[in-house]
Amino acid sequence: MCDTSWQHFPHGADMGVRGIGKSKAAAFEQAALALTALVSDPRSVRADILVKLECQAPDDELLLVEWLNGIIYEMATRKMLFARFAVAIDGNRLNGMAWGETIDLSRHDAAVEPKGATCTSLEVCQEESGCWRAQCIIDV
Amino acid sequence: MELSRLQQKAENQWHIAPYGKMRVPAIIYASAALIRDMDDKVYEQVTNVAKLPGIVKASYAMPDAHWGYGFPIGGVAAFDAAKGGVISAGGVGFDISCGVRTLHTGLTLDQIEPVKERLADALFTKIPAGFGSTGKLSLNEKEMQAMLTGGAKWAVGLGYGGREDLQRVEEDGCIPGAVPDEVSERAKKRQRDEMGTLGSGNHYLEIQHVRRIFDATIAAAFGISQGDIVVSIHCGSRGLGHQIGTEFLTRMVAAAPTYGIELPDRELACAPIDSALGQAYLGAMRAAVNCALANRQIITHLVRQAIHDVIPRAELPLLYDVSHNTCKVEEHMVGDRKMELFVHRKGATRAFGPGHPALPESLREIGQPVLIGGTMGTASYILAGTHEGMKLSFGSACHGAGRSMSRHQALRQWRGREIIDDLARHGVLVRSRSLRGVAEEAPGAYKDVSAVVDAADQAGLARTVARLEPVICLKG
Repeated sequence: MCDTSWQHFPHGADMGVRGIGKSKAAAFEQAALALTALVSDPRSVRADILVKLECQAPDDELLLVEWLNGIIYEMATRKMLFARFAVAIDGNRLNGMAWGETIDLSRHDAAVEPKGATCTSLEVCQEESGCWRAQCIIDV
Repeated sequence: MELSRLQQKAENQWHIAPYGKMRVPAIIYASAALIRDMDDKVYEQVTNVAKLPGIVKASYAMPDAHWGYGFPIGGVAAFDAAKGGVISAGGVGFDISCGVRTLHTGLTLDQIEPVKERLADALFTKIPAGFGSTGKLSLNEKEMQAMLTGGAKWAVGLGYGGREDLQRVEEDGCIPGAVPDEVSERAKKRQRDEMGTLGSGNHYLEIQHVRRIFDATIAAAFGISQGDIVVSIHCGSRGLGHQIGTEFLTRMVAAAPTYGIELPDRELACAPIDSALGQAYLGAMRAAVNCALANRQIITHLVRQAIHDVIPRAELPLLYDVSHNTCKVEEHMVGDRKMELFVHRKGATRAFGPGHPALPESLREIGQPVLIGGTMGTASYILAGTHEGMKLSFGSACHGAGRSMSRHQALRQWRGREIIDDLARHGVLVRSRSLRGVAEEAPGAYKDVSAVVDAADQAGLARTVARLEPVICLKG
């Protein structure tokens, strides 16, 4: 039984994001939601605008870093927050979609700006239960 | 961290002799109490840094050291290019050239008390801060190139401050060797609208009161007296630096095997200084340093405007500007030899001692001002570089309090509104767009900055000059 979900986990100065899902792609989607939640409650974000992302990396773990860094870049340059994600992974390539809206400070209590996804506590693995877990620390 | 794992050499100096693949010892400058509170990750990281090629003398951790990325935050290490020394993106950090600058105001506490609320509101209105904020400038490609090459000098050229400011900035406001072409289009795009913005997280702008002077001679040379009001700005290279750090970290991870570098931790990703990738990173990193210096210069101008709107007679010359996430080429004595070294300071402040030629003439005899950021509820400090520090840590000292509690824990323990109300009762006005951000930055989530500064002073890294307490704090 796999409970699709996201979590934050502690780090000395920054924050960890963790996605759990039935597939690697689902775990990546959940990790991205955890990233949004570092800034603001994902439930307060409208999924109005679609942004497409592509990335590739030599292994699954660096692919997670690239995926999260891609989202951070879109958040920073479009001044957007994202509420929903869809990921397809084919080997070392990832095609992602993110739905969100331009930040509205009257509705979003934007706590921090994520600076970058790091290789600290970086793991992408399938656990004995069959669930996939994708996680790393985000520098904020 | 268990003290039994370390060998005590002096009251605030602890050694780890080389073992395994360590090329040099690791040295931690801190009190026993601070070390007991340090995460074991600091031990792991400071010893991992000692394994990197070309490291000289030792891998150092400052009194505020805590768990970082590859390097501990509060880590210092110098590398010799001629001995295969490396440059590490993790050793500089994501917020390249993040730092602190402090301005005099010519005002005293009793002069600002009657206008404190107005002043706080004026600063909050004038200085963009927090997620999604943008500055008034939007740089085109040519302007971006000029900013990345010119740093604070570029900003002064546009009318943001005066030439006299530049003498009080490391590198005279512009680090040479920046190569804007090594900065990706994505990094430039991320920065285009962010000039003159404060950012979020632990970045802040504070109006501070000089509460106590510890060294009257040095304080007089720095131009500060008890009761003075100063302004301190803590921020860095914003989106551009973050993007450069991110991109080069993954490039260095991928390239390490081709250089025969065995990484004990992927975050220690590095490249030989003399390699194409090492040189590319140096060029891009220096461009980010200039971006940070320009950013703090523009914010300085906005601060002056905001304060003049409320108190027209205020004069705000720059005391000094330090960066605490950098890698700089410096000459240091190693034994009886003068060597050119690439000194990484990750969450550590340059603290050059008296007589250093890099200091402006007006400060050369006394030593470099070392600006240590605290929390919005406690204090910040001004220290001065020492002769001893040049030998102990390549002229480096701590950079702040350092967190004792994760943001996660802080959010569980505090509410932003309660912190703002509590600080107001103690005379500190906080302005922030995010209550959650205030809770994450709760003063209680940080180590005791006074204990950190005492340890730096007693270890000989720098000399304590003044204690500053916040009066107004702007958080991103």
